Amino acid sequence: MTTIAELPPGFADKVLSAQSTFRSVMDAMARPGSVQRIVPGAGAPEPMMRGTAAIALTLFDHDTPLWLDARMAESTDVVKWLKFHTGAPVVQDSSIASFALIGDGAVLPALERFALGTSEYPDRSTTLILQVESLDSGRFFELRGPGIDGAAMLQASIKPFDLFERLHLNEALFPRGIDVVLVADDAVVAIPRTTRIVSKGS
Amino acid sequence: MKLSIIIDNFDAASSVRGSVDRVTQHNNQQAQRKAAMAVLAHAEAGEIAARLRDFTLPDHQDLRAPESGLVMLRGRVGGDGAPFNLGEATVSRAAVRLASGEVGFGYTLGRDGEKARLIALCDALVQSRDFGGAVERDVIAPLREQLMVRREQAAAETAATKVDFYTMVRGEG
Repeated sequence: MTTIAELPPGFADKVLSAQSTFRSVMDAMARPGSVQRIVPGAGAPEPMMRGTAAIALTLFDHDTPLWLDARMAESTDVVKWLKFHTGAPVVQDSSIASFALIGDGAVLPALERFALGTSEYPDRSTTLILQVESLDSGRFFELRGPGIDGAAMLQASIKPFDLFERLHLNEALFPRGIDVVLVADDAVVAIPRTTRIVSKGS
Repeated sequence: MKLSIIIDNFDAASSVRGSVDRVTQHNNQQAQRKAAMAVLAHAEAGEIAARLRDFTLPDHQDLRAPESGLVMLRGRVGGDGAPFNLGEATVSRAAVRLASGEVGFGYTLGRDGEKARLIALCDALVQSRDFGGAVERDVIAPLREQLMVRREQAAAETAATKVDFYTMVRGEG
């Protein structure tokens, strides 16, 4: 049985660590496709990566309903850790979640099942935080859109393999849509809803 | 930040399985921690720190670094005792874990984060088998005595100003 005694600690310096993590995520959102580093300042319960843990501590609170995929939810460590450090309510209904933590992208549910926002409040959509294998090897993707001068190249090994095909739904939905944050250990790449992707193969 | 919503509520009972002995032991420890908390919350941060200085403290880390927030103070009002929000109070809290695994929590009124951390540290030490007795003897007991002296003094000063009112009985009798 896991007790609280085994939980990894939160940020040693809350303010500075949260600020620096926020900065990394903001830069990633502003420059889609660019790889930003998060300075890991906190422990992380398995199977959560260091970057994911830092993002959780920075962005989650009791006002942000949270959806966990099966991989994350099966770990009582993760659920307890999130409850202790962030207080974010974990919900079963993905369509009301502010954030979704995806540990195993291979079984990512259809994107329509997450909150897509409303035309009046497009910001009320789910931000997917997707843990991926690597953000510096694998297939190449060409990204275009606001925040990118011309085209940006992203190399990543991502599950689900058809993630970017699925994200085409953002084109029809705009201004509604899903924002995605890809995390591999301490590296972060954001794919906001405005970014258009052309896969280039390996 | 509103602390009231995320006050730690770890189900104490869940860690107790089986024997009544363990339940009793658990309840005793809860009572002891509660008593220690009642003393520590009223002590000054400096006093606690001074008493802890003589200890060779075991390795420990901040599970939750000290932070301040608000809690809603609730009372009851009216004949039916309906809940009534009196107002919000500033509270600091911290959680400390010893290398041996004990986790202590500290909550205190005000913005003194260091005091919350010291309380959490004491709370963890009280639960530890190796340090529990010593902390109780050298930190909590003297502080409790000081607190009692202060309270008695205040009570005595107040008692000195006591005025007895009496009413002369009117009419017959």
